[in-house]
Amino acid sequence: MHRFANPARFLRLAKVILPWSAAIALLSLAAGLYFALLGSPADYQQGESVRIMYVHVPAAWMGMFCYVAMAVFSAMALIWKHPLADLLAKATAPVGAAFTFLCLLTGSLWGKPMWGTWWAWDARLTSMLILLFLYLGYMALVNAFDDPERGHKAAAILALVGAVNIPVIKWSVDWWNTLHQPASVVKMGGPAIDASMLVPLLLMALGFKAYWVCILILRGRAEIAAQKIRVIRMAQIHAAAQAE
Amino acid sequence: MESIQTMLHMGGYGGYIWPAYGISVVVLLLVLLASLAAARKNEAELDVLQQARRGRRNGNSSESQE
Repeated sequence: MHRFANPARFLRLAKVILPWSAAIALLSLAAGLYFALLGSPADYQQGESVRIMYVHVPAAWMGMFCYVAMAVFSAMALIWKHPLADLLAKATAPVGAAFTFLCLLTGSLWGKPMWGTWWAWDARLTSMLILLFLYLGYMALVNAFDDPERGHKAAAILALVGAVNIPVIKWSVDWWNTLHQPASVVKMGGPAIDASMLVPLLLMALGFKAYWVCILILRGRAEIAAQKIRVIRMAQIHAAAQAE
Repeated sequence: MESIQTMLHMGGYGGYIWPAYGISVVVLLLVLLASLAAARKNEAELDVLQQARRGRRNGNSSESQE
């Protein structure tokens, strides 16, 4: 892993990966949207409203995936002092927050016609809301210090402590009685969902993953440049102080 | 024309499905544009700083040669 810790190597690698991840994101999201809105059947119980699933479920997966990625990057930063890990954790947070927000919003829009309510204080919904607050807390904390090093460290600890929420979300539908339906794709004995619905679901999930890679690269580049700018400015201030 | 209407209607769930997709597209586009803008802005600023530093290091002699 330390081979990738070098910012120059990251930038070189990012240049190669970015066009590919952008192409994969565009193609799979275009195909995914076609199958989600036109090329898949309505559900025999839920009718057309099932189409919300194709954004809702991949968004929920991404909300959790981004958090795990953020926690892993944070652990790498705390344990091995990886120079890039902090920047990548910080770059992932807004993507995870966006997907978690979209998961809650689309869930609400799906819950109204199916459950008769926009919101319920149930285990799955509440733990997902906590995930959104963890992201917001992380983003506030990482920028709260004049010294970015301290911000990174405090936020990394928050990310690791908050990681306990991830298994709670995953198994909340099994541990508590809840309105939310249990897992139907990632479960023992294979997915309990027809191929015609699995295809758009997986295409959207792939598209969202590739989108995350694109954003990670762009924000990583922005963070690396910002760090170099800080170093140059510090050197300028230092030189000016010595000249006086 | 009728197919567009049935498409918008979505079996009575259009009012839930279209906002779900519409807001998702808007949010993801906003995050993408903000990330692109941040990368461009910081990299441009870094370029200016590095060029200024290189210019100072090389001194006036190299500038007059160019």
